[in-house]
Amino acid sequence: MASPRADTSTKIILTGSDLHRVVDRIAHQILEKTSGATGTVLLGIPTRGVPLAQRLAARIHAFEGIDVPVGALDITLYRDDLRLHATRALGKTELPGGGIDGRRVILVDDVLFSGRTVRAALDALNDVGRPSSVQLAVLVDRGHRELPIRADYVGKNIPTALTESVRVSLTETDGSDEVKLTGGDDK
Amino acid sequence: MIKHLRSAADLDAATATLILDTAAEMAALAGREVKKLPTLRGRTVVNLFYEDSTRTRISFEAAAKRLSADVINFSAKGSSVSKGESLKDTALTLQAMGADAVVIRHSASGAPHRLASWVDGSVINAGDGTHEHPTQALLDAYTMRSRLGRLDGLKVAIVGDVLHSRVARSNVLLLTTLGAEITLVGPPTLIPVDIAAALSPTELAGSASLRGDRLVTGEKALGLPASANPADDGKPSAFSPAAITKVSYDLDSVLPVMDVVMMLRVQTERMQDSYFPSAREYSRRYGLDVARMRKLPEHAIVMHPGPMNRGMEIAPEVADSSRSTIVEQVANGVSARMAVLYLLLGGKA
Repeated sequence: MASPRADTSTKIILTGSDLHRVVDRIAHQILEKTSGATGTVLLGIPTRGVPLAQRLAARIHAFEGIDVPVGALDITLYRDDLRLHATRALGKTELPGGGIDGRRVILVDDVLFSGRTVRAALDALNDVGRPSSVQLAVLVDRGHRELPIRADYVGKNIPTALTESVRVSLTETDGSDEVKLTGGDDK
Repeated sequence: MIKHLRSAADLDAATATLILDTAAEMAALAGREVKKLPTLRGRTVVNLFYEDSTRTRISFEAAAKRLSADVINFSAKGSSVSKGESLKDTALTLQAMGADAVVIRHSASGAPHRLASWVDGSVINAGDGTHEHPTQALLDAYTMRSRLGRLDGLKVAIVGDVLHSRVARSNVLLLTTLGAEITLVGPPTLIPVDIAAALSPTELAGSASLRGDRLVTGEKALGLPASANPADDGKPSAFSPAAITKVSYDLDSVLPVMDVVMMLRVQTERMQDSYFPSAREYSRRYGLDVARMRKLPEHAIVMHPGPMNRGMEIAPEVADSSRSTIVEQVANGVSARMAVLYLLLGGKA
């Protein structure tokens, strides 16, 4: 991640209305790719994946009148970098009523970067149940994968340098909708 | 995050709340088909038990195993301790084996503090003498919060042998940190002298001069709902960390306003020491029977850290009633200890 002081070069990648259009598009793509989102569960990865999953479900409902179950899957206890940082507080895990067994689970996160979060999420899913298939939806794919993982639904591909950092803000968690790219000048 | 959990006083309100929140997440995981988490894989937790214990040892073992830590159980019986090995030498052995955390129960107050200076890993106090038992306080606080929704402003009576109770001591420290109001209830002989002296100079009559004379202090106040603010006296008690701990010698008078009643075990091994005239008299004055339970407000809960003496400090009907959280406390113990192990061992060493 980039150093926080480098806000000399802040670029807005998605404005609020861009972000809404992107969520709308992903909702349409989910409907298309899952032939009407039947047997589908959206699981957001805390923190910002959870409101994103809720928004996708709300848009899917608005477009087709289908209620897609939404939940949250905290992956903190499955991270492979726990020992590299101070202890992290846990997020909430809330599975929708019918569980995930035999269903198509779509994991939702804000930024896809190294892929390690998604790996942890796959491990966590494994302990929670056995979905029939797992897909991944992300708002931003910034590249630099360290694991063989790709997203099924991508809001925006942003080529980044490792020194840059992508900041997603959502009204639910941060007060406004915006995606920013900061840093990158690397001294 | 703190490194050791030796005393409930190690925890400030933010850290304690973090532990309780984490415990809530851990409790949610307990309902899953696969209860095991990979979080502490490759870490070693040693349960070092110099005193007998059922639920605490099993609870720590279950907590560590659910987080995938390797668990080594050590009990003084059948170890080199019976050949005369000292705590220090045992500690050095554990150190050499690379224990990441040592959970210690010892009959000597302060043993965990000494141990922490000999080993590199985290030390978790699982009960030391008559001193402290912080994880019990955490699971009690967690139980109260999950039953009653809050801790701030909660009125909690801790009843019985407060003097010898490490559970009471840790609970007072933790619960006052979290904003609960504690009333200690018991015969004057079983309430620590320092707190009785620090409290209520008027009702306890000349507290300073009576310091150390527990009987006189007791007699004067016997039967009085002695409760006053220790801040009046301006003398901080070693036992009460905040100005909201009260003392009463009359159980019946405090029950109607309590949200929580925590009954302590009468430590029968101390019965010969004439702290009270007879078990029967103790039970009649300070035992929680059905009639007394009816005096509690509708929502109030009854707690007991176990092991209980049914019919002594708590009537069987009360222990098995829906107000009793005794079995819940055991289940919550695993979640609370998982939270402690995760927060102490989960991050960067």
